[in-house]
Amino acid sequence: MADFDQELDASGLNCPLPILRAKKTLNAMASGQILHIVATDPGSVKDFDAFAKQTGNELMESKEDGGKFHFLIKKS
Amino acid sequence: MEQIKLAIIATKGSLDWAYPPFILASTAAALGYETQIFFTFYGLQLLKKKLALEVTPLGNPGMPMPMGMDKWFPVLGMTLPGMQGMMTSMMKKKMQSKGVASVEELRELCQEAEVKLIACQMTVDLFDMETSEFIDDVEYAGAAAFFEFAGESDICLYI
Repeated sequence: MADFDQELDASGLNCPLPILRAKKTLNAMASGQILHIVATDPGSVKDFDAFAKQTGNELMESKEDGGKFHFLIKKS
Repeated sequence: MEQIKLAIIATKGSLDWAYPPFILASTAAALGYETQIFFTFYGLQLLKKKLALEVTPLGNPGMPMPMGMDKWFPVLGMTLPGMQGMMTSMMKKKMQSKGVASVEELRELCQEAEVKLIACQMTVDLFDMETSEFIDDVEYAGAAAFFEFAGESDICLYI
């Protein structure tokens, strides 16, 4: 997994909390910085894809590893 | 890109039905939508500072019951005193264990994200509700005010 500037552990949280927490964390970050999100909600895979498409923040990576979902989002 | 607008009418005042308006509004706000919720009739319960929302299996055959309770209790059993309170606390525990946010938390997230919360003035008068019992950010308005925003909205939901 590539380098990131900040990490958000959204494990155990259900829809829509992972998205809302990610949005809040991104708000406090600078343009171009990368946020690594860890989630356990299987719905978050499609949700982070849709979040990135609609907000213009780039979803650089989305993968499952050991029962957890990892996302890398670059702030626009 | 022009900002997408979402207008929601929230008409129900039970614990389960409190979720759709607040989940959708908070998520829409996170996606950058301009969002308003118009609370009318029983939906006004969702604006109270101290939420006392409950869930009832009565008249709701679609509600999954824990421990096969629907087999043991006929519909009439659900009318027993304390049954609604018990179902409510079971539902809250279940939600907590599954990492589902509380209604209070989702409502706060809506407020933080500047979702506009509008209470139906007519219902407030109809039920003699005390506006001091409502949270502070609420605006009071009527149908015409709702349409002013809803008419320009891209998505309009009646819940």
